[in-house]
Formats: sequence, C-alpha cells, structure tokens
Amino acid sequence: MDGGRELIEQLRRICGDEHVVTEHHALRTYESDGLLQYAAVPRAAALPGSGEEVAAIVRACHEAGVPWVARGSGSGLSGGALPIEDGVLIVLSRLRRILEVDLPNQRVVCEPGVTNVAISAAVGPSHFYPPDPSSQIVCSIGGNVAENSGGAHCFKYGFTTNYVCGLEVVLPDGAIMTLGGKELDRPGYDLCGVFVGSEGTLGIATKITVRVVPTPESVRTLVAFFDSPGHAGHAVSAIVSAGVVPGAIEMMDNLSIGASEQMGHAGWPIDAGAALLVELDGPVQECDARFGDIERLCQESGSNEVRVARDEAERQVFWKMRKAAFPAMGRVSPHYYVQDSVIPRTRLGEVLDRIDELSREYGLKVGNVFHAGDGNLHPLVCYDGHSEGEAQRAEELAGEIVVACVEAGGSITGEHGVGVDKKRYMPKMFSEADLDAFQKLRCAFDPDGLANPGKVMPTPRLCGEVPGPYREHPLEKAGLAERF
Amino acid sequence: MDAAGVAAVLRESGGVRVVGGGTKLGWGRPIEAPELNVGELDAIVEHNEGDLTAILQAGVPLAQAQQLFAKAGQMLSLDPPGDGATIGGVIATGDSGPLRHRYGGPRDLVLGVQVALPDGSLARAGSKVIKNVAGYDLAKLMTGAYGTLGVVTEVSVRLHPAPRESLTVVVRRDDPRALADAAMELTHRPLEAERLDLRWEGDGGAVLVQLCGPSARDRATSIDGEVVDDDGELWAAQRAAQRGPVVLRVSTTQQGLADVVAAAREHGALCVARAAHGLAWLRLESADAELVTALRARLGTCVLLDAPAELRRAVDPWGPLSAEPLMRRVKARFDPYDTLNPGLLLT
Repeated sequence: MDGGRELIEQLRRICGDEHVVTEHHALRTYESDGLLQYAAVPRAAALPGSGEEVAAIVRACHEAGVPWVARGSGSGLSGGALPIEDGVLIVLSRLRRILEVDLPNQRVVCEPGVTNVAISAAVGPSHFYPPDPSSQIVCSIGGNVAENSGGAHCFKYGFTTNYVCGLEVVLPDGAIMTLGGKELDRPGYDLCGVFVGSEGTLGIATKITVRVVPTPESVRTLVAFFDSPGHAGHAVSAIVSAGVVPGAIEMMDNLSIGASEQMGHAGWPIDAGAALLVELDGPVQECDARFGDIERLCQESGSNEVRVARDEAERQVFWKMRKAAFPAMGRVSPHYYVQDSVIPRTRLGEVLDRIDELSREYGLKVGNVFHAGDGNLHPLVCYDGHSEGEAQRAEELAGEIVVACVEAGGSITGEHGVGVDKKRYMPKMFSEADLDAFQKLRCAFDPDGLANPGKVMPTPRLCGEVPGPYREHPLEKAGLAERF
Repeated sequence: MDAAGVAAVLRESGGVRVVGGGTKLGWGRPIEAPELNVGELDAIVEHNEGDLTAILQAGVPLAQAQQLFAKAGQMLSLDPPGDGATIGGVIATGDSGPLRHRYGGPRDLVLGVQVALPDGSLARAGSKVIKNVAGYDLAKLMTGAYGTLGVVTEVSVRLHPAPRESLTVVVRRDDPRALADAAMELTHRPLEAERLDLRWEGDGGAVLVQLCGPSARDRATSIDGEVVDDDGELWAAQRAAQRGPVVLRVSTTQQGLADVVAAAREHGALCVARAAHGLAWLRLESADAELVTALRARLGTCVLLDAPAELRRAVDPWGPLSAEPLMRRVKARFDPYDTLNPGLLLT
C-alpha cells in the first residue's frame, strides 16, 4: 500500500499506539475468521475504542485509498472477515458496551462488539433477544448484523433483520449516518433493512438498536428417532401442516448422531437413521395442548422412539447433542467442510437422495445436520486433508451439493453468508442483471470499492458515475439539454 | 404487458406514475405523470402449500390471494385495510394491519422480489425459501420505497398457518395514560397474542388482545377484560380506522403512545395503534398544515397518508427523512433520471 507508513501513523494517532498491530506474527491472530481454509495477513489491524475512532479510521483509509475489512469476534463461517493483504483490518472487539437497556420500550442499544448472548442476559429473565446462532456465546452483534445471522429458533422467531430496528453506521467515506431508530416505519428507504446482511461491504455498524421480546412462559422439548432422514422429514411436514409452529425443529442423521454421542453421552441409539429435536415454547396451556400432537405426529410418521425431556437438565443434554454435531465430526473425520444451503422443505427427500448419490460417487462421507423447519441444510463433507487431492474433491462435492440445492429452488446460503467461500456460486443463483442491481446498491454506499472488497460478488466490479446501460435523459431527448 | 414489458416501458419513459390497485394514489406528494399500470400482472405463480410460501405477481389483489391460501388453512400474515389493494401496492407502501403485532410487516414477510428497473433490466433478489442470506436484500429496499427505486413485478412471500380458534379480550380505560399503561402491561407479558391493538375514540378507549389456538379461552382468563368470541367486527374496525379524510401514521415508542392518545382526545381524532410496536394511526375529519406541523412537533415522526391534495401540497406529507443524503445516493444509482413516481418521495 502506497503511503502505508503515513496511514499507520494516522491510525496510531486515532486509536493510540497500543491499539494498532503491525507486527507480522501478531497479525497472524487475525489471518482467518471461523473458516480456516482461507488466510491472509493484513498490513495493519486497528482496534478502535469508539464509534468516532471507527469513523476516523475509515476516513483515513478513504483518503489514502486503502481498502479495509471489519471484524467482530471472528467466528464467521464464510470468510467474510478475511483480511486483505495490504489493507487495514478494523477489529471491533473493544466496542462492547451495552449503551441502553430500554425495557419499557423493549429496545436495547449497544456497540457492535457486544456478544449475542450478552443482550439476552441484559434483559433477562423477563425478556430475551431471539436470534441465537450456535456461536452466540462468542459471536458479536455487529457480526450478526453483517451476516443477518439466524439460529436454531429462527423458524418461529425470525432472523437478525427482523429484530434490528436502528443502526448508526460509518459509511466507506467516513461519514456517520443514522438508519432507522427505536421507532418502526420511519419514512424513507429501509436502509437499515438493506444494511443487515450486507457482509461488511456497505459500511460498519457502530451502534445497534434491537427489539427484545418477552421470554416464553414454558418450553417443552422432545427427540424422536426414525429409520431415515426421509421419515423424519415426513414428521416435520406433518407438524407444520397441523398448524404448529415449534420454536425449533432440528434434524441429525446417523453419522452425526454417532459422532455427537461420543461427545454428549446422551444414550441416543447410534443405529438410528435420524433424530428429530422438536422444541415448543409459549404459554403453558398452549404448549401443553400442542405437545401431545407433536408426539403423536412423530409416531404416526414412523418414529420408533420418542423421548421427552423431563427437566431443564435433560433438555440441555438434548441441545448439547445437537450443538456438538460440528465439533464431534472431528472424531469421525480428520477434516470436514460445512455447507449452508437451503431447500424448500418439501424437497428434502430428493435432495438427501442426491447427496447420498454424490457421497458414493466421490467416495467421501457426508454427515447431515440441519434446521429442518426452514430447510437449511448443513452437510458436513468429511475428508482427510493429508490424503493427496482429497480436500479438493471435498470442495467439489460440496459445490455439487450447493448446485443440487439451488436447482431444487433453494439458496446457496441460509445463515453463514457468501463471504469469499460461496461467491463463486452466486451466478448459480443470480443472473448478470441481478448482480448488476446488487452493484447499484453497493456503489451507492461505497463508490470507491474500499469496504470489504472481494466478498459477496463473484467478480470484481467497479462503479461508474452512473451504472447500467447508457440512457438518454428525457431532457436530452427533448432537445432541452445536452451532455457535455 | 409482462414483467419484461414493464422494464422495456421504463427504459423508454421520461417519467411514470406506477399504479397497482389504485387504492393509495392519494399518498405522498401529489404528482403528475402518465400512469404505468401493473394491475395486469395478476398471476399467482406458485402456492407451495407444504413449504408455506407463495410467489405472486404484483397485481394480484391481496384479498384474492388470501382466499386461495385460506383453502389450505394458511394465510399471508398481512391485513392492511383496503379491499382492492394489490400485493405490489402493499409492498411498495409497506402498509400493514393488526397482524403486524405477531408477524411483522411486509418487510418481514417478503422473501424475494423481481423488479423492473429504469435501465430496462429485470432483476431478482432474495429467493423463495424462508431462510436465505445470499446477495443484498433488495426486497427490503423496495418495500416501503413507494415505487421510486424500481417497479416490483413479482414477490415471493412467507405464509403462516391460519389459526383455527380465536377470541379477543377487550380491556377498557377512559383515560389516555391509563389506556397506554394497560397496553404496556400486556405487551410485556408472554401472551403470544395474534393481534394486540389499542383504540381511542371520543372519550374512551380499549386495549384489544386477540388470542388464538386451542388454549385461547384458558389463557384469556389471565386478562381482566371482556371476552368477545365473535371478534371479526372489532378487528375490521381497527383496520378501517387506518383510512379516512385525513390520516397520520405516527412512529413512536410504547411509552410515546400515551401522548398520541392524549393528542387524539384533544383533537377529536380516532386513534388505533399496534401497542407493542409503537405504531399509531390518527384519523381526523379534517386538518390543516398548521395542525400537522404541531402534531409533528409534539409526537415526532408523523407521515401524512390519506389527505386532500391541497393539504399534501401545503405540508410535506413525509416530514424529515432520516439519512436523506444516503437515500439520494441510492436513488441516483437505481433511478438516475427520476423516472419512477418523480417527486412523490424525494424532490
């Protein structure tokens, strides 16, 4: 980066010497986010202590023409916070103050580095913040905003975007802008809505206002075992068709049950073809009235065993089994590659068949753990990275799974984001015209392309003065004006 | 005309007024431009019962789509007033009704859009699955943009099971502060209400709590109020109050509602509100620019919806726009020559 030394001096003046990292070995801490397949060491990492410092850093980068990447807790799974060599990494972990708990109005205002779980803790036990990504103990709300994070309970409660109502953002030219607020439906464009899920390519959120809601009175949880994921899928359809909206419906296949059992020791049958974890929450009477229906529907769909969590401790064991599935896969396979595709739920059977077929074709095991209510699959492609060419084969197989999901009418990513990892699949889902429309938005926020470049879009694009095909202005057409 | 036809018209056009059902043409600044009617785009493209999703062309009347969904025991959880409204118009204006309480507004239920842009292109964003984070959420950008960034030609939406049993508990109060307090006590309880509204009319008001599901009657006993079994008319009246000779939509907080109700009493307005969301509608028989300005100074964000054209010329129907410089940058990229509803939102 030209004039890099001068920029780093500026960063030091803004954040203080101790909050600017430039030594290569120290910078390696930040070379990857939660997706370790990608690594890059930035020129410098700055750790601002306030929103004003964030704005000053971004302004300095803008003046120097240097690209930057924002990073929260670094737990993202799509390489969205992968640094740019020669760029600046803006680490937001020092911005972790909860600025206001406004319980009467059911709002919380906080800085981006606050962890997801800290918001619920701040408003509990009467209220909670529903989006609950599995990494909620560590992941930051700023990262959740960037990725529009979901979680196990989003089938009923919705995603980050449904709860963020206001943002203070630093735009890529360093300007500070307020989008939305505590109030809903302010006049004008829903720029807050479009910022959520923009993967750090439109700016940096420095203050976040979220809605919180009353904690459900009662929670009831069961796990049902089936011969195959297909049978479990029928149970999911039966439950949803009956008009029940469970808080969560999670499915694990035989491979992941076996792996999790080694860690969770829940005594689940390791020969089961699938386990379906169903959680109902809400008013006591409503849960009681519906819970029996769910048990019955699971049995009618062919479940050979239904276990109901007798107390909170057993419920935690059930969830531990589900949440252990990713790490436990490490006991089954030296390496694995996680996908995040989505399908219309009714296509589950045929897509799982296709995944089986691909698994056999490539000679690699694929475990399946998924948010069954909303059709969000997390196939875990197992491989041995030390075996010549296997990593690449795993990646190809994962790619074929993505294609199968898009062909079934789904999406390349349900909650992890596109980042660097899935940008090559964007053309499978979107046409050139679609991508051009995305670029219009990006150019409105970041005409110089300095905010997290190289992410989301499949190929680099520039912003012209006015994007899209040339069009004669009506005044020109009428002979009332001319261009230059 | 199909969607590609709409895009082609836009490319050649010097300025158009986008029209769907034509039920909300009196909203925003009065403008003059040739009409581009997308009402012909009226196909229900998909209703995926098992997936609880649907794809609708923009000109489909919401009521017609609801009839189809109802046959499968489902609903699109949007109940704004206005029988002739199309889904495209509801999305473009971000209009919502009492179901907003539980399910959110159009922005929360739209999964994807197809949109015709002034450069003649036809672009899609989002998807037809209920969970998706690929690409920018242009569906949210188009929702509530009043057709000034693109013409929505098709939307995919999330559906919900239609509740089978329902009843409403009516909690009456005759003082604005007591009414707002009663509402807030209820919004802070884990009731899982289907709808939770407040209403003030004349000298008294009520909080209306609709409960659904097999346990509704049981749960109603926890609320001190009158139980109304046949509650259809109650909710029809809540919806109807969002239209009138002059209607202001107030964006406030739950605590701010007490003052909105007090203002309604002082000015003889009918007020309905989504209590948990701090959204209120003030319905007046008449108003002048001075009153609108005074209400804004007192209550904060007030958008003038229904109003005679003279009033919408005399006072800015929108009031101050937040992040206006950024809005203008977005407008310049999507509609650089101000083709779409010119002057309606930004001047």
